[in-house]
Amino acid sequence: MKIMVAVKRVVDYAVKIRVRPDKNGVETQNVKMSMNPFCEIALEEALKIKESGFAKEVVAVSMGPSNCVDTLRTGLAMGADRAIHVEASRDLVPLTVAKLLKKLVEVENPGLLILGKQAIDDDCNQTGQMIAGLLGWPQGTFASKVVLDKEKHTASVDREVDGGLETLCLDLPAVITTDLRLNQPRYATLPNIMKAKSKPIKKYTPEELNVEIKSDFEVVQVTEPPKRKAGVILSSVDELIDKLKNEAHVI
Amino acid sequence: MACRFILQNPSKRKLLHSTFASRSASTLVLAEHEGGSIKAQSLSAVVAANSISRDNPVSLLLAGSGSSLQQAAEKAATCHPCISQVLVADSDKFAYPLAEPWGKLIQLVQLKGGYSHVIATSSSFGKNILPRAAALLDVSPVTDVVEINGPNQFIRPIYAGNALCTVRYTGASPCMLSVRSTSFPVPPLGDSKSDGASISEVDLSTLDEESIGKSRFIKLSSEETDRPDLGSARVVVTGGRALKSAENFKMIEKLAEKLGAAVGATRAAVDAGFVPNELQVGQTGKIVAPELYMAFGVSGAIQHLAGMKDSKVIVAVNKDADAPIFQVADYGLVGDLFEAIPDLLEKLPEKK
Repeated sequence: MKIMVAVKRVVDYAVKIRVRPDKNGVETQNVKMSMNPFCEIALEEALKIKESGFAKEVVAVSMGPSNCVDTLRTGLAMGADRAIHVEASRDLVPLTVAKLLKKLVEVENPGLLILGKQAIDDDCNQTGQMIAGLLGWPQGTFASKVVLDKEKHTASVDREVDGGLETLCLDLPAVITTDLRLNQPRYATLPNIMKAKSKPIKKYTPEELNVEIKSDFEVVQVTEPPKRKAGVILSSVDELIDKLKNEAHVI
Repeated sequence: MACRFILQNPSKRKLLHSTFASRSASTLVLAEHEGGSIKAQSLSAVVAANSISRDNPVSLLLAGSGSSLQQAAEKAATCHPCISQVLVADSDKFAYPLAEPWGKLIQLVQLKGGYSHVIATSSSFGKNILPRAAALLDVSPVTDVVEINGPNQFIRPIYAGNALCTVRYTGASPCMLSVRSTSFPVPPLGDSKSDGASISEVDLSTLDEESIGKSRFIKLSSEETDRPDLGSARVVVTGGRALKSAENFKMIEKLAEKLGAAVGATRAAVDAGFVPNELQVGQTGKIVAPELYMAFGVSGAIQHLAGMKDSKVIVAVNKDADAPIFQVADYGLVGDLFEAIPDLLEKLPEKK
């Protein structure tokens, strides 16, 4: 079986972002970019499945401008066998990404598709569900545990839901999106980073895949959230209780 | 589309009036129910629907099976004046909230009803199901809306709530939204209106079953608790890594009990196994906006702040005076939580 993993290049999770003065978006020039943390987890899970003998190949896929190749190299250094880059200059909405992925699934024929549950830039949490819908495959979103059954050709997925943990059994092929607690992604070692340089990255354009790039949205403006007014540092629990009671009136 | 639907269904002619009046806006709300009642969270989707436009008949879609579904439908029919219709999909296929049958159901109901908007709460249910249905309908949903400025303009947080993005939806109908429940609080409902909305069964005979049945529900494991629900509690008491152990975390629970509060946790506390994952507050956990949020031993990482910085009053207790949590706290106490919590437990007034 082949596993396809979608990875996204985003502003590093530790960066305190700045809204652009023209209110057109968020400053991304000269800002540290990394692989979306949930995508790292997705890739790690695919590699684990491969190491357990269930999968033969792990293919990392990314979509966006040419520097997404850096993200794919990171994925190859972690252990992906090869990569696919769909080069698109415009920002892609999840629906377009899902349509591009569907075309790649038709070409590559993977038995499992793993994505992160959300990208930490747009916080959409849509792509995995959309690609599952487009393919008519079952979906296991927000996965914190994945167990594959080779004979029955199913995946048992523990999902983090509002009320606790839900367990589903999915027929393969399926789409799984990863939650934080699924695994601890590995670091790429120096020899593997060197090796990754010679692994193949295949390129496509959206035109070659016959997908029209469009967006159903117009960004009117991006603004900073309202600032909270400065608080006070108190010296004792008594003072705290007094403030909560007589100033804030919340207890 | 709406016309054809009515012509084909003479029995539903009663709907004629409301469907035509709704040319500007008509909304389908996806609702969750439990134990014969609509979940409180789902009602915030109704509140959001109500703010799209004044003349906006709302159809509530409920799915499930058996008597608890029918019971929930009856309650739903009278729970909010803007609900004009309750649609019920009664089938074993909907016994559990699986995305595959739900996605198809929404597609089916939308193709028949031609709604201008489809709204769900951004709970784990809404987030799981809405995008799948949107892909089937070939439209892009807007996730986690916190403000509605007219039928096509919405505000949603991006980058873990560090920026607010105003988007105009320019795509085809329906415009699909998931809304943040804390941003659309449900007002205390007065007397339920006497003339309830009509309840009708969804005709499932044309349900496309191609992708249904490829997923099966096995089990749901959850912590039983009699504390208020984290998402809607008036007071939330949260503990972080500094609690050091599950044993010590019980202090947080005791304090919560005394305040009638829900218990929250940071990712560090969940990963360390102090508490189960459903208590996590943050970008990837629950988003809360209570009147009082008390954070003990929480440093205040970007990802945690994303889940709580809309709280009305924030209290932080931390040993480290430079912890970022103090930048958002209204009241800060620099000190050892192992002294502060017992002190609070002793001195806080008893709940009436």
